[in-house]
Amino acid sequence: MAKQYEFSSRRLPYLLVLPQMVIVFVFFFWPALQAVWQSLYMQDAFGLSMIFVGLSNYVRLFKDPSYLNSLFISFAFAAVVAFSAMILALFLAVQANRRIRGAAFYKTMLVWPYAMATLVAGVLWLFLFSPNVGIIAYFLKHSLGVDWNHLLRAGQAFLLVSIAATWKQISYNFVFFLAGLQNVPAALVEAAAIDGAGPFRRFWSVVFPLLSPTTFYLLTMNLVYAFFETFPIIHQVTEGGPGQATNILVYRVYKDGVINLDLGASSAESVILMLIVIGLTVLQFRFVERKVTY
Amino acid sequence: MVERSLAKRAAPHLFLILAIAVILIPVWVAFVASTRTLSDILAAPMSLLPGTHLVENYVRALVHGSDNLGASALTMLQNSLIMALGIAVGKIAVSLLAAFAIVYFDFRLRKFCFWTIIVTLMLPVEIRIMPTYKVVADLHMLDSYWGLILPMIVSATAVFLFRQFFMSVPREIAEASQIDGSSPMTFFRRILLPMTRTPIAAMFVIQFIYGWNQYLWPLLITTKQSYYTLLIGINRMLAVADAQVEWQIVMATTLIAMIPPILVVLFMQRQFVTGMTDTEK
Amino acid sequence: MKRLVIALAAFALLCGTAFAEPVTIEFWHAMGGKNGDVTQAIIDKFNASQGDYKVVGVFKGSYADTMNAGIAAFRAGQPPAILQVYEVGTATMMAAKGAIVPVYKLMKEEGRSFDPHEFIPAISGYYSTSAGQMLSMPFNSSTAVMYYNKDAFRKAGLDPAKPPTTWPEVFADARKLKAAGYAGGLTSNWFGWIQLENFSAWHNLPFGTKSNGFDGFDTRLVFNGPLQLRHLTNLYNLSKEGVFIYGGRDNAANTLFTSGQVPIHFESIGGYGAMKSTCTFDFGVAMLPYYPDVKGAPQNSIIGGASLWVLAKQSPAQYKGVAAFLTFLSKPDIQSYFHEQTGYLPVTLAAYKLTKEQGYYKDNPGLEVAIRQLNYKTPTPNSRGIRFGYMPQIRTICDEQWESILGGKETVKQGLDNMVRLGDELLRKFEKIAEAE
Repeated sequence: MAKQYEFSSRRLPYLLVLPQMVIVFVFFFWPALQAVWQSLYMQDAFGLSMIFVGLSNYVRLFKDPSYLNSLFISFAFAAVVAFSAMILALFLAVQANRRIRGAAFYKTMLVWPYAMATLVAGVLWLFLFSPNVGIIAYFLKHSLGVDWNHLLRAGQAFLLVSIAATWKQISYNFVFFLAGLQNVPAALVEAAAIDGAGPFRRFWSVVFPLLSPTTFYLLTMNLVYAFFETFPIIHQVTEGGPGQATNILVYRVYKDGVINLDLGASSAESVILMLIVIGLTVLQFRFVERKVTY
Repeated sequence: MVERSLAKRAAPHLFLILAIAVILIPVWVAFVASTRTLSDILAAPMSLLPGTHLVENYVRALVHGSDNLGASALTMLQNSLIMALGIAVGKIAVSLLAAFAIVYFDFRLRKFCFWTIIVTLMLPVEIRIMPTYKVVADLHMLDSYWGLILPMIVSATAVFLFRQFFMSVPREIAEASQIDGSSPMTFFRRILLPMTRTPIAAMFVIQFIYGWNQYLWPLLITTKQSYYTLLIGINRMLAVADAQVEWQIVMATTLIAMIPPILVVLFMQRQFVTGMTDTEK
Repeated sequence: MKRLVIALAAFALLCGTAFAEPVTIEFWHAMGGKNGDVTQAIIDKFNASQGDYKVVGVFKGSYADTMNAGIAAFRAGQPPAILQVYEVGTATMMAAKGAIVPVYKLMKEEGRSFDPHEFIPAISGYYSTSAGQMLSMPFNSSTAVMYYNKDAFRKAGLDPAKPPTTWPEVFADARKLKAAGYAGGLTSNWFGWIQLENFSAWHNLPFGTKSNGFDGFDTRLVFNGPLQLRHLTNLYNLSKEGVFIYGGRDNAANTLFTSGQVPIHFESIGGYGAMKSTCTFDFGVAMLPYYPDVKGAPQNSIIGGASLWVLAKQSPAQYKGVAAFLTFLSKPDIQSYFHEQTGYLPVTLAAYKLTKEQGYYKDNPGLEVAIRQLNYKTPTPNSRGIRFGYMPQIRTICDEQWESILGGKETVKQGLDNMVRLGDELLRKFEKIAEAE
């Protein structure tokens, strides 16, 4: 698209972008730089003494098995949550996209959880699975003989936070898949049906490829969600435990920075996380590229 | 054949109803807990039928709050609303102006500004909390609505959406307005803004929910009870040292915290769905 | 005209003093629930007792949240005047010389009488320098005790008047309780504090070198000895039998006890008030158990809870107010009220005496158990307290390793050695930073 600028003014455009730019610099670039700078220092809790230590905060992290474990847990958690939330949402979107009675009702019922806070999702599931008062925990124990105690069993804790995180994310994915499905030309699917393709084949060979931009976009968003936005669930439900079983990277940054007051380590962890997000974003940009005309 | 097609027709209903049940069960249990006494809940398992203490629990949550929380759900509701509205309105206003400049003006730093803004898409606040906290503290914005709101309106999504929309507006309209001799700002106010109503509404829903659901940031910077938001209040109620969690009040507050964003979504479902999917397309 | 201005200014000044708003003193604490109500009641009493100062109590969440909020606020230049810091934060606060005003110094400058000898030695010692100067004001002091469900004891055929006194007896009784139909026999809060720190002190064993850190920063942890190993192995085996139930970190195990599911529980005496208002059954408090074959055991337990630190960057008027408030807090009737309402120990000898004279312990023998346990013998370097940097993190490490042990991810020995090794790494880091100051 050829660019044509309609107005010319020397000052006005700067005035217009000023608020956004001020906010971006004060609350984004400056803190990000600070994180990089602080990651090179070791300091006490009160900030009364600072020692320049070069990259040793980073070296320490990568030598620390518990950090490497967090790295692994984060990726595993992100993979599990992204995969389950997307596959379930896609399945439901396909069901809701059929011409069935009550489709509008179903859609509404599946969309509203988007409005639920991540913390609320965590609290609700915590309440169901609390070993002391939880109804599901009680049922598991007395009917199925499963002694549920996510405070102690790493696998159960991981499962619980994964369920809560997935449960919360399904409606977001559902909205996108549904919109994507509605854009699939009906004629195309009908043509495939005439060719004798069964419903399953029709979906995989005709519909799914057309959804691939949506799928790819959602994959990035879900990974980012699982990496960062699940913080409230971890904070409320497991606090990273038991042991280090759910100690994902973003929780570590918080824990080391805010609770343990070890700013050097926390900043180094922030910087590593930034690199991970930048990686994810670059991936996404390669996809968005086609649509951004610059 | 008939049987098979019946099963086939029933299947989607079954799956969808099952999914909705899975979504609703935790909410139902929370609701039941919010209508019972603490001892009902502690004597696990709690019955799944609502109890008789609904009014009592909600009134206590709204007016008084959990013991020693020092903030009632009403206060926290107000704070959550101010934060969510502040973030939504602030972000929309700032982004509209920036997008207008980037699309309609040619200026030297245009590309620089655009990319500077786009880069912010990358880093969620969660990973730069400590330094951001320091900045906000230096600006004396701890325990203030400004501190809650400003750092949250950084993100570029809204600029992105409005830019896309402005680019789809036929250029002739702006040309005509210029020939008429109106100033750029008149064009913006009288012509462009009214056309942008739908994207603005969509952005409002998305940003309102985003703002309402903020957790880590308010957790850090609200040290006075009078600035607690609902989500922070819930966390604080669950973190009482040496004492028993009052689940019935926690659950009542949780339900109160769910209602406003859900209302916004239900009432503006259409705008929000198109808006959300358009942002990314 | 000029005169008028001066007159007006003088008038304004007069009004200013006469109708001055009271000086506000922020007090950040971690007292939730019942304890929070009592703390607020004391603050209200102070505010009502005079008009110059207004103390504003702010509940900041858990101990860790509260300490961190205070430090963050200090870094931001707006610290509260008084910050409640849990006992394990003591070393961090002490090392931060520019951030705190030592209480003994403040009291001297404000001309208040303040004699460390008026305090219970096991309590004042924890917060004093080696020269005996108190750096912070003891507020809510506690120690770990054993709670037991008397109704359950009766049901299982045990004598509720004779709680077990040694660990082997506890284990045997716990098995009987489990067999009598309870979900488990025993549980515990605060794993690191009770089962390692207090356990070591109670058996007169060092937790770390250099008198548990009192004598310098170049210390090492040594709590992976044979007795601790034996104790954790016992707990681990009981957990596999389903007799020991792990209830979570911090005080999360309370619900197991208060709901009547698990009849023996280890918890701070500070939870006494909450227990009284939540438990629907008859419960008792007993001293911590010990291993009878250990020479010299039991020794004395160590305190927990928290003390009040005065932070820098306040105005002179605020410091005056802080001194007044701290003096008010140590008054025997206030102490006694706090003690009776919350279960935290009285910190002054006078308050202990007053409570005793009022006959309070006749109805609440549990509370005196804790005081007697704390004063069981004259504290040794092993039982005076714990003073290590990064102690909160060390406790987290202990929690994590303990969970890994119980979850079967590592052996008890491996877990215990890991706690010491990881803890030592933190101590080296603390040493490096503290010495740079």
